[in-house]
Amino acid sequence: MKDIRGRILTAIGVVFILFWCLLPVAWIISLSFKSQEAVTNGSPGFFPSDGGGAGWKNYTDVLDDEQFRHAIINSIGISLIATALSVIFATLAAYAIARLEFKGKKFVLTTALVIAMFPVVSLVGPLFDMWRTFGIYDSWIGLIIPYMSFTLPLAIWTLSAFFREIPWEMEQAAQVDGATSWQAFRKVIVPLAAPGVFTAAILTFFFAWNDFVFGISLTSTERARPIPAALSFFVGADPFNRPASLLAAGAVVATVPIVVLVLFFQRKIVAGLTAGAVKG
Amino acid sequence: MAAIEMKNIVKKYGDGFPAVNDVSIDVADGEFMILVGPSGCGKSTLLRMIVGLEDITSGDMIIGGDRVNDLAPRDRNLSMVFQNYALYPHLTVYENIAFPLRLAKMSNKEIDEKVRDASKTLDLDEHLQRKPGNLSGGQRQRVAMGRAIVREARAFLFDEPLSNLDAKLRGQMRTEIARLQKRLGITTVYVTHDQTEAMTLGDRVAVMKRGILQQLASPRELYEQPVNLFVAGFIGSPPMNFLPATVEGDQVTLPFGTFSIPSAKAEKTAGKGLLMAGIRPEHFEDVSVIQSGNVDTSRTFKAHIDVREWLGDQQYAYVPYEAEAEVQAQLKELAREADSDSLRTQLVVSLDSDSKVAEDDDATLFIDTDKMHLFDPSTGENLTVGL
Repeated sequence: MKDIRGRILTAIGVVFILFWCLLPVAWIISLSFKSQEAVTNGSPGFFPSDGGGAGWKNYTDVLDDEQFRHAIINSIGISLIATALSVIFATLAAYAIARLEFKGKKFVLTTALVIAMFPVVSLVGPLFDMWRTFGIYDSWIGLIIPYMSFTLPLAIWTLSAFFREIPWEMEQAAQVDGATSWQAFRKVIVPLAAPGVFTAAILTFFFAWNDFVFGISLTSTERARPIPAALSFFVGADPFNRPASLLAAGAVVATVPIVVLVLFFQRKIVAGLTAGAVKG
Repeated sequence: MAAIEMKNIVKKYGDGFPAVNDVSIDVADGEFMILVGPSGCGKSTLLRMIVGLEDITSGDMIIGGDRVNDLAPRDRNLSMVFQNYALYPHLTVYENIAFPLRLAKMSNKEIDEKVRDASKTLDLDEHLQRKPGNLSGGQRQRVAMGRAIVREARAFLFDEPLSNLDAKLRGQMRTEIARLQKRLGITTVYVTHDQTEAMTLGDRVAVMKRGILQQLASPRELYEQPVNLFVAGFIGSPPMNFLPATVEGDQVTLPFGTFSIPSAKAEKTAGKGLLMAGIRPEHFEDVSVIQSGNVDTSRTFKAHIDVREWLGDQQYAYVPYEAEAEVQAQLKELAREADSDSLRTQLVVSLDSDSKVAEDDDATLFIDTDKMHLFDPSTGENLTVGL
């Protein structure tokens, strides 16, 4: 009896949490299929009322929009480059922190943590001025740099924890087998830390993809403006009546890559990959 | 294949403590050399200096005629089996064994040939496509050996390779390693703290203590002619008995009585005051199982048997005795150095399994004083070595 009651309670809990988390998402999807008029007139139902449905029109409108297409390309490009660079640097830095004894190691780690805790907004003003002086205002690199500096600390912390877990002997065995330090790192250590590398990559990508503050303050044109910022510029004919359904469609389009990414990487993040490396 | 010469090797760590202190060992081409000693004696450090994973503070490491002190591990062309095997968990058994060959940029055909050859030798054929995580301890051990033998290394190095296996498997793998080494005829240096492995595997055994080489000899010589108290106590199980002794003329006085010893031994030790006598358990016997005509009655004594352990082929009997505090302290120190623990001063004697001695009873024992060694208690030196 107790067992069944426990299971029922678990099921109720699961449903509640799913409902809580997914309702806003579901509502945005619902909104994106309603026509502009229906939203303006008030359309409280989850499913579009008769004649209030817009089909795929909102989506085609969004994707036909020149600015939004640029924003998608910007977002994908900037996020991918920032992620790749951040992961590469973090991997090398984390390896050094995990394996080498050097002066100032603690300092590096603490500084990294402090940077991660720094309020993003407080940096926007100075960066705006600096980037204009350097001539990288409203460019990809102008966004990639702040994204990297805010994601590197977390990536370094995550990865150095993973590297510490890998037994020293792995590398020593590789070196005895004839590998250079670089080969041992690339062929043995990095594959073993793969779950950590992917975790760091996903975290970095999320930060870059979801950022709004830098995106809106450090760009002025569609040259570098990412999706979150572009969405805020989505103004219809009437500035006091924003095209909610179009925005909803835009939001769904912006969410899809993240969902795909998570589903793809989820299979890569296999814990316990190191099991069996040593007896135990 | 190559000979390994170690000349006055010293390893000092940052705090100046010499982990290995002035060790010189020559390993001949094709020889099976064992480094043995209690934990912290520097044997693993020495091995890691041979392979290049530790820097050498001073001294010369010469492999195959070349000084390799400053060469990286990959340039020394040695292969090593680690204590925890250090297999690459993300690679299959096949790729684990092939790893050194791939680094050497061999052709796929060549690699396949060599890997199949090694796997056949080690009976790993059916596991080639599995990951190390799915293998048993013994199989992992064999994969680690496969990775070592697959390329033509100049020497094999083993760092306590059997310590993670259970007792039965350890025995099997020990024989396997011995067979493999004899067949391949390759120079081997093997580190262990297990003296059974040391005695059974080695052509020669180097006994170390606190970074200093104590004795380098064949297993038989180590057992029969230990140069000092440490080697005498470390080699042999149960360990050699140490008793306070004084020699006058050709008579030695032990806590159990006074017995005659060979004159050669007596000459070297007479009149030197309190000595330490070392005598192995098997050099005692229960008088009742010896044919009556063969008993030298001048070398028997009565002893009170405390505990008896019957093992089938032989039995151990324990005879407690009182010793002076000074002697007790020294025995304790000896036991501590050899990584064991002595709670009380007692004599361990190995008796014939036919002996009917009972626990908590008196027995008459024969002591073979011909085989007795006498040590200087202050230096630990064996005064009767070679006699």
